[in-house]
Amino acid sequence: MIPFQRFLDEQRDAVWRFLVAAVGRDAADDCFQETFLAAMAAYPPRHDRNLRGWVLTIANNKALDHHRARARRAVPVEEVPEVAVWDGEPGEDEVWARVRALPDKQRAAVLLRYAGDLTHRQVAAALGCTEEAARRSAHEGLKKLRLEVTR
Amino acid sequence: MTLAPPAFDPADAAAAARRFTDAAEPDVAYATVDSPVGLLVVAATPRGLVRLAYEDGGVDAIVESLAARLSPRILEAPARLDAVRRELDEYFAGRRRAFDLDIDWALYSDFGRRVLQATARIPFGATATYGQVAARAGNAKASRAAGRALGANAIPIVVPCHRVIGTSGRLVGYTGGVERKVALLRLEGVEV
Repeated sequence: MIPFQRFLDEQRDAVWRFLVAAVGRDAADDCFQETFLAAMAAYPPRHDRNLRGWVLTIANNKALDHHRARARRAVPVEEVPEVAVWDGEPGEDEVWARVRALPDKQRAAVLLRYAGDLTHRQVAAALGCTEEAARRSAHEGLKKLRLEVTR
Repeated sequence: MTLAPPAFDPADAAAAARRFTDAAEPDVAYATVDSPVGLLVVAATPRGLVRLAYEDGGVDAIVESLAARLSPRILEAPARLDAVRRELDEYFAGRRRAFDLDIDWALYSDFGRRVLQATARIPFGATATYGQVAARAGNAKASRAAGRALGANAIPIVVPCHRVIGTSGRLVGYTGGVERKVALLRLEGVEV
């Protein structure tokens, strides 16, 4: 297995990019620390041949923890706004802030596919679902956002 | 509206990785240290210094070997090797005659360890023969085995195998090349 330092060097930018999309620039650092601490504790992975998919699975779980913690802290309001609220900081990619407002499954599938650059098969492995379900979640997420994908 | 991967600043990712390294507790930490005998790679476990290598073969090869022999949870974490770097700097500047560092002897068999521990007790500026080191390690007849153990010394300079020479005063070999053995002995004031 490659030394952890090389793993960190090779995956650093991908994990950072994924987390900036998943939780925003400000929260990305905490999630990044938690992702690599968890990765080091579990390193080397026993079954995963694909290290990118493995580390983004961990990063996705940390991002989910972050969203749940934020939801617990959120103050309930009387009226739910009709459209997803844009919670991005100024200068940040508005589109990813909108992705963050999607339901859990769709958000995770869209993030892993388009910010993490995983294949649908790898997304499925990360989410513990079938490839078809991963594809559907990503598709529904995009439809909800009325987004086209440019690659 | 399009969905391209988010823009990010690689400097931010690098800074996050540095913060991770500062907080992480790897099984093995390593760093590079400049010295008059070339660039050195030093590595430590929580128990102490475990490896000092001349960089000749490349840092990557040394780190990969450590990952295979000790643990893949290895990180470049220079802060964890501050004491090692400081003592080496002092040694090369002529301000330190003995190293006061914890050593992790994990990489050795019993006899090999005893040979290297006997070697570590040879004082600055002195020399010993392979036979003498073998005797101090508990087997006077094992000078060949002592030679092999010294050839496998993973912590040269700090475990001063350069102070071990042939019976006739011949320098014999050295893990980093005989010219380095000469340089280290001269640094310690030994006529060679």
